[in-house]
Amino acid sequence: MIKTLLVRGLLVGLLAGLVAGAFAFFLGEPHVDSAIALEEAAPTGHASGEPGHDHGEGASEGHGHGDEAVVSRPVQRAGLFLATGLYGVAVGGVFALAFAGLRGRVGPRSEPLLAVAAAATAFAAIVLIPFLKYPANPPAVGDPATINARTLLYVVMVVVGLASVAIGVAATRRVTVRETWARALVGGVCFLVPVVAAWALLPTVDEVPAGFPASLLWDFRVASLGTQLVFWAAFGALFAVAGERAKARVS
Amino acid sequence: MSGLSTSVNPIPLHRLARWLLAVPVLMLLAYLVLMDNGAISQTGTFLHELMHDGRHLLGVPCH
Repeated sequence: MIKTLLVRGLLVGLLAGLVAGAFAFFLGEPHVDSAIALEEAAPTGHASGEPGHDHGEGASEGHGHGDEAVVSRPVQRAGLFLATGLYGVAVGGVFALAFAGLRGRVGPRSEPLLAVAAAATAFAAIVLIPFLKYPANPPAVGDPATINARTLLYVVMVVVGLASVAIGVAATRRVTVRETWARALVGGVCFLVPVVAAWALLPTVDEVPAGFPASLLWDFRVASLGTQLVFWAAFGALFAVAGERAKARVS
Repeated sequence: MSGLSTSVNPIPLHRLARWLLAVPVLMLLAYLVLMDNGAISQTGTFLHELMHDGRHLLGVPCH
């Protein structure tokens, strides 16, 4: 049973990752390319040694520097599918094990409904909540010197998202009032308090260079959020369908 | 389709325990895809650059 769920999570994750990769390829890549073009046209860049967009080791990296780059732009575009596919495998496997633990204990008693509800919750916890505090940025936005600090803050925000959902769900289950709306209200407040506290208290990151087009930033961020939305929508739907098919085969 | 409203029995947690060993492995995979800059993979910026567009579009901080 657990093995079936895990295999389902890994495979469905891969599939949903490739679907999200296709979305990102057609709707996200044009904005990545525009940002890289701006970055390379900028007067402060690799050549002047400014901290414009350097990966720290100096010398030969960059985004689209032809034979100079570690990985050429065409390979990076193909690597997009590798990245979203492997991301899908990793989160799909963890999701499946969490699902195995929650199934029959928390949430809807119907497996397909639980799959969709859990995928929507995962999207909120590990994508939407971090995104609203530390939104995705295109190339050319973000100081390479702060990458470690920014990555740490991002991970903290993901943990806050997951913990807040857990607190909200636990509160809903523990609370003794009978009315559904009151239980939902208590759960919602217990979920929102840590989220809002983290939004307010964690340091702000504002590294958009002066003159970077606001419309490009917006378009990129929508495409990025859309990529994750497509992933979790596809994952939830496919995970639910795979479960129903597995059951149909058994019975 | 024997019914959509199948009520499910919880899986005993002790049976789940050993499967949780997969979680660190999957987390390592996620780390390599999303965040590694050579510290663990020892490939320098190769993984970072290969996964570059995916990192940006999945919303992870990138340089």
